Amino acid sequence: MTYDVIIIGAGVTGAAVARELSRYNVEVCVLDKEEDVCCGTSKANSAIIHAGYDAEPGSNMAKMNVRGNYMMDQLCKDLDVPFKRNGSLVVCINKEMLPGLKELYDKGVKNGVPGMKLLSREEALAMEPNLSDNVQGALYAETAGIICPFKLNIAMAENANVNGVDFRFNTRVEKIKKGTDGLWHLRTNNGEYKTRYVVNAAGVYADVFHNMVSEEKIHIIERRGEYYLLDRTVGDHVSHTIFPQPNKFGKGVLVAPTVHGNLLVGPTAIDQDDKDATNTTQFGMDQITAKASENVKNLPLRSVITSFSGLRAHEDHQEFILGEVKDAPGFIDCAGIESPGLSSSPAIGEYIGNMLRDMMNLTAKENWISTRKDVLDPKKLSLEERNELIKKNPAYGQIICRCESVTEGEILDAIHRPLGARSLDGVKRRTRAGMGRCQAGFCSPRVMDILARELGLPLTEITKSGGKSNIVLEHSKEVAE
Amino acid sequence: MNNVDIVIVGGGPAGLAAAVAAKKAGCDSILILERDGELGGILNQCIHNGFGLHTFKEELTGPEYADRFIRQALDLNIEYKLNTMVMDISPEKVITAMNRTDGMFQIQAGAVILAMGCRERPRGALNIPGYRPAGIFSAGTAQRLVNIEGYMPGREVVILGSGDIGLIMARRMTLEGAKVKVVAELMPYSGGLKRNIVQCLDDYGIPLKLSHTVIDIEGKEHISAVTIAEVGPDRRPIPGTEERYTCDTLLLSCGLIPENELSQSAGIEMSRITSGPVVNESLETNVPGIFACGNVLHVHDLVDYVSEEAGRAGENAVKYVKGQLDENASGKLIKLAATDGARYTVPSTIDPGRMDENLTVRFRVGDVYKDSYVSVYYGDERVQHRKRQILAPGEMEQIIVKKEDLLARPEMETITIKIEKE
Repeated sequence: MTYDVIIIGAGVTGAAVARELSRYNVEVCVLDKEEDVCCGTSKANSAIIHAGYDAEPGSNMAKMNVRGNYMMDQLCKDLDVPFKRNGSLVVCINKEMLPGLKELYDKGVKNGVPGMKLLSREEALAMEPNLSDNVQGALYAETAGIICPFKLNIAMAENANVNGVDFRFNTRVEKIKKGTDGLWHLRTNNGEYKTRYVVNAAGVYADVFHNMVSEEKIHIIERRGEYYLLDRTVGDHVSHTIFPQPNKFGKGVLVAPTVHGNLLVGPTAIDQDDKDATNTTQFGMDQITAKASENVKNLPLRSVITSFSGLRAHEDHQEFILGEVKDAPGFIDCAGIESPGLSSSPAIGEYIGNMLRDMMNLTAKENWISTRKDVLDPKKLSLEERNELIKKNPAYGQIICRCESVTEGEILDAIHRPLGARSLDGVKRRTRAGMGRCQAGFCSPRVMDILARELGLPLTEITKSGGKSNIVLEHSKEVAE
Repeated sequence: MNNVDIVIVGGGPAGLAAAVAAKKAGCDSILILERDGELGGILNQCIHNGFGLHTFKEELTGPEYADRFIRQALDLNIEYKLNTMVMDISPEKVITAMNRTDGMFQIQAGAVILAMGCRERPRGALNIPGYRPAGIFSAGTAQRLVNIEGYMPGREVVILGSGDIGLIMARRMTLEGAKVKVVAELMPYSGGLKRNIVQCLDDYGIPLKLSHTVIDIEGKEHISAVTIAEVGPDRRPIPGTEERYTCDTLLLSCGLIPENELSQSAGIEMSRITSGPVVNESLETNVPGIFACGNVLHVHDLVDYVSEEAGRAGENAVKYVKGQLDENASGKLIKLAATDGARYTVPSTIDPGRMDENLTVRFRVGDVYKDSYVSVYYGDERVQHRKRQILAPGEMEQIIVKKEDLLARPEMETITIKIEKE
């Protein structure tokens, strides 16, 4: 199979690049080793759209973050992605560290971040009564927001797909070399792919692919972040995203509401040497509790419904590596995409898309579709509209996930749309079925039944998240049909 | 909007018993709303025996026990809707519900009986470190997969938590050919019934490790092993006690949580200890005309007690609808207090005028007590003092309060249940 561009990785960066390229008359394919989009760093992060005051002025991180933040309103409107500008507070709890807030503010000004304000202790407490009693002051950034990270990733990928970009899942790139035909040859577990250009958006694996083609080696360390997710009943404990003052390991343990009304607490920052080390640890969980309580009081950790961890793709110089690799023409890096990677993704997509457009002299498609509708959420309809919908399609009258009130209609939509769900986690990320307080205890057998029926598969082949994550092993007894 | 005298939310054992009792007490306008595809609730997947010893004086399986009540409900022509989810209950007793055929609809109820049951505490709420692969199930989810869907989750099983469903599933998985390697329990005592430990673990040689918990889960796609360690009195793992068990299935039986999101939307006051509504002697919540029974009120060990309790809720709902519940009200509320080892009582208050001649008060203890006394104080006066060889959190306890005793003590404000050494 030969393409003009192959993107390695269907995370939020790969999907953003794919969507930008889908504007043009060009053959593009996205390869991912997992069974779905959004299976790596993109699915396990703080779900924050940062304002952009953290990164060093002039860096790619600063430029992409501020631009990405600016683009987010229109993008989320076009692609029907839940996004809310709830504003953030960087909280200072030690008088001696107050100058640090001013330094952040100044950095933000240099980076072009609008709407920042230094707050006194009283002003901060007035905005957020559950801040620690030790609060001395805060930096407020009104453009900071919260987003559904799954939906942003899925929406950009779906939109790219509708506009002609191919996606190949369960396809792991094993070797990359330049052929005598001048094309890049990508050997995978599913055959060989050839392409003029490669975009390396492989997250924590980006160094592996970069180092296959370049003598100028890069190194990515997996910096693990562990989180607690709390029940919706305590989702209003804070209304802004609450950060501590940053340190060399990043932005620290935050407390934030999510767009779905939960409360998110984390992450830790512990360097790993394993690209799949997404396990949680007692040490990490204890650390979250201790650190988060420094800035926010009375944290209702009794209401934890799950904990998880994600891996940041931390490059040694803490900078986004974006662009063509010097000694590998046609191989384009999007490497070291750690925080603020989610916030930056639309800008990175635009930047790389424009770069490839110019390199290949691409022409715009006449019939490019710029918008996409999310899985229909009946909860947003009036009673009359909802009943009209149920009359037309009774599946919208059948609740499958009771914690999040997800109907069978929504699950069918998630399975049958472009790049549809094929696993429990795929359904979960698209509909929230299984994401509530019972954590799929009730709905998982029912979602499994629906997946098996709709995909024409035996129940034994239904997985939690692809690969060998099958949920049931075999028939317990031979049952007469 | 339709008007119904008594709407019962949930068609499991509690809802069915409440409906049958209400009908027998003379109410003809009853509607059961059930979210699943059949009546009977969780009993449908409890295919083991041991149900009904108190109610029917014989040993039934779960589905047989449910069937006794379903038949009564059908014979009495009690109306029900299946596959129907109640979305909201308002303090004014307007029920909003939804299903495939009726769409979203509202009912004005004269009285409401909450009978939604409970759910299992999931892995996430237990803060077990490790990966999050396939192969981890709450015991009840696995029970449904094995007993109703007919599929085995795996062949090498570790169970965390010794709640009754976990114990029952240890036996079930063994009978289905799996190897259950160990049951680990965080607490120094089991959360399940003694008879289940004997019949489901001891009889099959399955070890129960008290004061042990899972401290790591291995396997990136599918679970491959867990590490279990002993915990100290602070319930933190003791270094050096770790033991690794290879397995393809981890079942969790670590507590049941009454399912009260709807109750909260109706403005019902909740108990922090039971996670169920606070009720009076009539099983009525703080919202007049809304009653609660079964596992949504407090988690029971035996379905027989659920049926008995739900029957009373049904009868009281009829009295409420007929305006008779307050006929003999004294207006006086005696508080029930649980102290010195007793954790809670159901009910929380008694109006002596509204109570029956005898009232069963149920409670649990917070720890294991040997050779102790269950004492009941009317004010400062000790009126009951019953020696017990053993009291355990896994076994629900009860005392009987007599109406005549309360009427004879008009000054009394509090009844206290205590566990005493002598």
